[in-house]
Amino acid sequence: MSAPAPILELREVRKSFGPIEVLHGIDFALRPGEVHALIGENGAGKSTIMKILGGFLPPSSGEVLLDGRPAPYASGAAAEAAGVVVIHQEFNLAPDLTVTENVFLGRELGRLFLDHRAMRAGTQKLLDELGSRISPDARIRDLPVSDRQMVEIAKALSRNARVLIMDEPSAVLTSREVEVLFRQIDRLRAQGVALLYTSHRLEEVSRLADRITVLRDGTVVRRALRGELTEDGMATAMVGRDLEDIYPPRRHVAGSVALEVTGFSVPPLVHDVSFTLRRGEVLGISGLVGSGRTELAEGLVGLRPASGEIRRAGMPVHIRSVREAAAHGMAYLTEDRKERGLLLDKSLRENLTLSNLPDFGTPFLSAAREEGALSRAIADFDIRAPRRDMAVGNLSGGNQQKLLLAKTLLSDPEIVIIDEPTRGIDVGTRSQIYAFIDRLACEGRSVIVISSDMPEILGLSDRVLVMRHGRLAGELAGERISETAVVRLVMGTAEEAPGETEETSHV
Amino acid sequence: MSDAALRTASFRLPGLSALGPLLALILLVVLGAFLNDNFLSAGNVTNVLARSAFIGMIAVGMTFVITSGGLDLSVGSMAAFIAGVMILAMNALLPAMGVGVPLILAGMAIALAIGLLAGLTNGLLVTQARIEPFIVTLGTMGIFRSLVTWLADGGTISLDFAVRQFYRPVYYSGLFGVAWPILVFALVAVAGQIAMRHTRFGRYCEAIGSNDRVARYSAVSVDRVRLMTYVLLGLLVGLATIMYVPRLGSASGSTGMLWELEAIAAVIIGGTALKGGYGRVWGTVVGVLILSLIDNILNLADLVSPYLNGAIQGVIIVLAVVLQRGKSSA
Repeated sequence: MSAPAPILELREVRKSFGPIEVLHGIDFALRPGEVHALIGENGAGKSTIMKILGGFLPPSSGEVLLDGRPAPYASGAAAEAAGVVVIHQEFNLAPDLTVTENVFLGRELGRLFLDHRAMRAGTQKLLDELGSRISPDARIRDLPVSDRQMVEIAKALSRNARVLIMDEPSAVLTSREVEVLFRQIDRLRAQGVALLYTSHRLEEVSRLADRITVLRDGTVVRRALRGELTEDGMATAMVGRDLEDIYPPRRHVAGSVALEVTGFSVPPLVHDVSFTLRRGEVLGISGLVGSGRTELAEGLVGLRPASGEIRRAGMPVHIRSVREAAAHGMAYLTEDRKERGLLLDKSLRENLTLSNLPDFGTPFLSAAREEGALSRAIADFDIRAPRRDMAVGNLSGGNQQKLLLAKTLLSDPEIVIIDEPTRGIDVGTRSQIYAFIDRLACEGRSVIVISSDMPEILGLSDRVLVMRHGRLAGELAGERISETAVVRLVMGTAEEAPGETEETSHV
Repeated sequence: MSDAALRTASFRLPGLSALGPLLALILLVVLGAFLNDNFLSAGNVTNVLARSAFIGMIAVGMTFVITSGGLDLSVGSMAAFIAGVMILAMNALLPAMGVGVPLILAGMAIALAIGLLAGLTNGLLVTQARIEPFIVTLGTMGIFRSLVTWLADGGTISLDFAVRQFYRPVYYSGLFGVAWPILVFALVAVAGQIAMRHTRFGRYCEAIGSNDRVARYSAVSVDRVRLMTYVLLGLLVGLATIMYVPRLGSASGSTGMLWELEAIAAVIIGGTALKGGYGRVWGTVVGVLILSLIDNILNLADLVSPYLNGAIQGVIIVLAVVLQRGKSSA
């Protein structure tokens, strides 16, 4: 493969923070019309490389070359001006401004007064090119995550990006939205844009990437061209050891009914959902983002006003708050660990015990008991923190998720609802989390797993519920759980047989 | 955000921003002693501390409000209103009860009750009507101030002379040579520090101020805790007023003027984050003392006109926030 000359290149780049070197001489190049995937476990140094490429961090030594010359930028803004645009995982959009205002933020058209019409037309044109139906006048706040990402891409294009660096763009998307994203990436590649793509989903990498660089502990451990590396090979290279199947063997024995939900509605989205949950089973809930899965879960644990009947071990219960849910042995782990799950500026201890503080002393909290609980959590959940008193926001995503899991399970719940258990988490930690989920079920607890990740739903669930437009589209169990069956229900292509839906939802 | 970049950032020692206020306080004491021989005399120290006590008690309550992400601008006029009603009530009860401890206790109970109700009003408007704390307390600030002016009919409400003589020792006398306001302030400060660091209430305040959605998802009764911070502050304003009334024995439309700003300034100088999430009660105490000392030193020394007191305090406040920013961006 004769490669064109790189647009953006790192040569022998090292980066140290204080005495700790985190990048040990990285060579890395982005070429026009190529998707270059950078993969590695959390903490391998991907983010640091992206920050250096994007001008947010200077290298400690080594060179950043743009078109073969030392990169003329020293800040993210200057890098953007030079055509190097980073799309961050946490989007860089002003939530209260409209799509148009965001796309043109910082380089508005017009002289004394803004030329609203031209900016709106420009935005519309970009969105049309991307095949998106987002209104240029919509406020970012009102858009789903997938649309926000599209706006980020439109914004990058409006800046004539020659290099586009995407930090896990698919992590927040459903499979259908990922397809749209891939089409955009193909289009950008055809236009000669150099793309850097990171993802924890290796099947995406093998489908998209023309070139793969595998990173481990700040060193490049493997370089490959398209087709040279299987997904197994990638995982092995990332982890540095062979990974057995990341999903635990399914051997749960469903026991008595733990939860019976009848005619449950969470306005305005979820209507008339009924299902049962047994002890010792993992119940997967699949569906598109916006199909009401999270709303259903939040309604069940009292985070949203809801109506309908909930029976807990046969007894009708009313749950109006998380506290009441906990009293009935129910706990919910949110999909949004940074905004709803953890206090990022607080320490591990304060986060771990927050939901269960009454157990740690009245009227005075016992720091010793809290520290004891933290020690147990660190051991049980293999939480790797350089320091116990560090801010949780500085932990890697995987360790944050393990801490959140420890926090959720601290109340020893009988029913655990886990929303997106492994979003943005590397493959090694993922298999650990799957093992935790499996252990919960084996201990006789009931687990509900809500996930947009199809292999995860298939690999974990004893039974699968599928939601569509706020209603239960169907239920699959045992041998009937398959990717095609779930996708048909998710997409609504199985809808022609109303009798089937009726029947399946009462299995 | 998996970088070691952030990891190393967390290795920082509790730096200048934590010890800064304390160093500033020590510096001021040294400066004061250097400029005036009387500065460290028992009389002057008692004077400074006793005057700090009112703002101090209020500022301790304010620390909890601000830590949980709130704000209360109404405390100064609330104090004036409580003082006015308390004096009127004691004057009215005087014929029935006569001068004595029961009358004083009745007045104190009324002050605390009004403080509680005023705090409850602020808290309910914030948590139930879901109005921004700034707006709510800007409104109640005007209401209380106007009510006390109306009660005083534009003038001054004075406590009956005999009662005043009887009540005076609550400000001017003390225990083991320490004035009552100082003792009460010390008690409030210690209790506040313990509550912030070692009870659920303090932990919840910090959690809510840090991210109220996370707190709600973590089974914290966010509204109830927020309400309690305003009620606590109202009670402490009542307590401060109880100590303040015997000092002058009167209340007017200008009583407690700008106390809210001094209290908020003390909290911020002490290192509590204005956006909430981190509270430091001992810092607030240091902040109060810094503000009082500046005032005191300017009055004792002829270096700078005392009229410039406000300007110097302003500089200190801005400086404190600049230091805080240095911390949060690390």
